[in-house]
Amino acid sequence: MGEAIVITSGKGGVGKTTTSANIGTALALQGKKVCLVDTDIGLRNLDVVMGLENRIIYDLVDVVEKRCKIHQALVKDKRFDGLLYLLPAAQTVDKSAVQPEQMKELITELKQDYDYIIIDCPAGIEQGYKNAIAGADKAIVVTTPEVSAVRDADRIIGLLEKEKSMESPRLVVNRIRNHMMKSGDMLDLDEVTQHLSIELIGIVADDEEVIKASNHGEPIALNPNSKASIAYRNIARRILGESIPLQPLEEANKGVFTKLKKFFGVR
Amino acid sequence: MKNRQNVTIKGTKDGLVLHLDDSCSYEELKKELDQKLSANTQTQDERNLISVKVEIGNRYLTEAQQEELKELIRQKKNLVVDNIEANVITKEEANRLKAETEVVTVSRIIRSGQVLEVPGDLLLIGDVNPGGTVIAGGNIFIMGTLKGVAHAGYLGNDQAVIAASSMKPSQLRISDCIERTPESVQSVEKREMECAYIDDNRQIIIDRLQALIQLRPDLTRIEGGH
Ligand SMILES: Nc1ncnc2c1ncn2[C@@H]1O[C@H](COP(=O)(O)OP(=O)(O)OP(=O)(O)O)[C@@H](O)[C@H]1O
Ligand SMILES: [Mg+2]
Repeated sequence: MGEAIVITSGKGGVGKTTTSANIGTALALQGKKVCLVDTDIGLRNLDVVMGLENRIIYDLVDVVEKRCKIHQALVKDKRFDGLLYLLPAAQTVDKSAVQPEQMKELITELKQDYDYIIIDCPAGIEQGYKNAIAGADKAIVVTTPEVSAVRDADRIIGLLEKEKSMESPRLVVNRIRNHMMKSGDMLDLDEVTQHLSIELIGIVADDEEVIKASNHGEPIALNPNSKASIAYRNIARRILGESIPLQPLEEANKGVFTKLKKFFGVR
Repeated sequence: MKNRQNVTIKGTKDGLVLHLDDSCSYEELKKELDQKLSANTQTQDERNLISVKVEIGNRYLTEAQQEELKELIRQKKNLVVDNIEANVITKEEANRLKAETEVVTVSRIIRSGQVLEVPGDLLLIGDVNPGGTVIAGGNIFIMGTLKGVAHAGYLGNDQAVIAASSMKPSQLRISDCIERTPESVQSVEKREMECAYIDDNRQIIIDRLQALIQLRPDLTRIEGGH
């Protein structure tokens, strides 16, 4: 029996879809059987970020309305040998096309066949959010180190904590810019974690490579050398129960030159 | 038994007291009250209203019955009922009274969009985050950081206080007074171990926690002590 994890945030555009794609990819890289579920009905993105858009035939609403079987709607990621699948969101209908009960049923069914179900949640706290969390066992809340994003994360955590069937949510702080945190122009990590006081499961730097990779439909986690990739892979390993200490900004080992620069205090 | 009066009128140094026996039926009581007040019509200055206290002993009267008696008394004479005193209250009222004087301990974080309300005093083990609200009929004691809104004494208790280990509220309210925290105070300073109360000018003042020892000695609940 697998585990369903919803990736949520409250505020839009903080990196839910990016996080879902990369955690899913990193878990598959660890040999786990993963199904990504896009619940952002009407605004689907996860297929694009995963580079699977062209292969969609059926979608989540088709499954829920029994126009097809689940396995017919699942899009297989050919880069992984039968380990990674995507259930795309519908693009043409609105969010009310699906009810939480139906989602629960669907996720329960997927849990039979997959180790991890990663559910990409839409922004907001309405119907779409309720659908996304309906079948989830756990939640990961994504925020950026901005006051408004943290405020919305706090709101979402408050709502998630009311879900008796769910474990306490864990936190990803995304798009960290070291120099802004140091200069006090961004909330620093301690401020964010103290404020939200839930377990921090990962931090991801703000990295152009993430955007480039998403635009190419190749999640950054596939690239072994970028610091964002290492950050996502570490999150996946923490999900698997490994205890990996948080490295400040999950930096890739860029060799002696960087180390020397650090030694002399050059950025 | 026949001769016993169900309604007796006494003058005390605090004014007139109507004592209504609690062992007869309510209907009987009403009848006798009616008679007694009609019989006793000595001309007095009509415009000079006299207030009376009504004692009803161990009888429980509903709101409607209380109103009925007040009306009856008011009609008969230039008497106005100041208050009706009974030795008994309903369980519901008792529970409410108990709740209003109780300290409720809550251990959690009050997050954005959440409201925690208690009838009595609140002891919060945790923070109130921005966008979160705590409301209490009595005092509010916060062991963590207050960053949201706290409203103490919300039913009109001016004596209520708010205390926090770290005081960075977005807004404080006590009774009907509201205090927005000045921008300057919010982030820069460490506001540790502070309290808020209403002073003589009906302003909310923020002070060291220890100020309460002088200002609100009633906060001490324990009997005796050394
Ligand atoms: N760590 C990062 N570094 C740089 N850019 C990032 C990072 N994470 C996300 N982004 C970019 O931020 C934008 C929004 O990300 P994403 O679509 O994942 O957010 P979302 O929370 O799913 O948004 P929505 O609420 O619209 O669903 C994208 O352009 C993405 O490439
Ligand atoms: Mg998204």
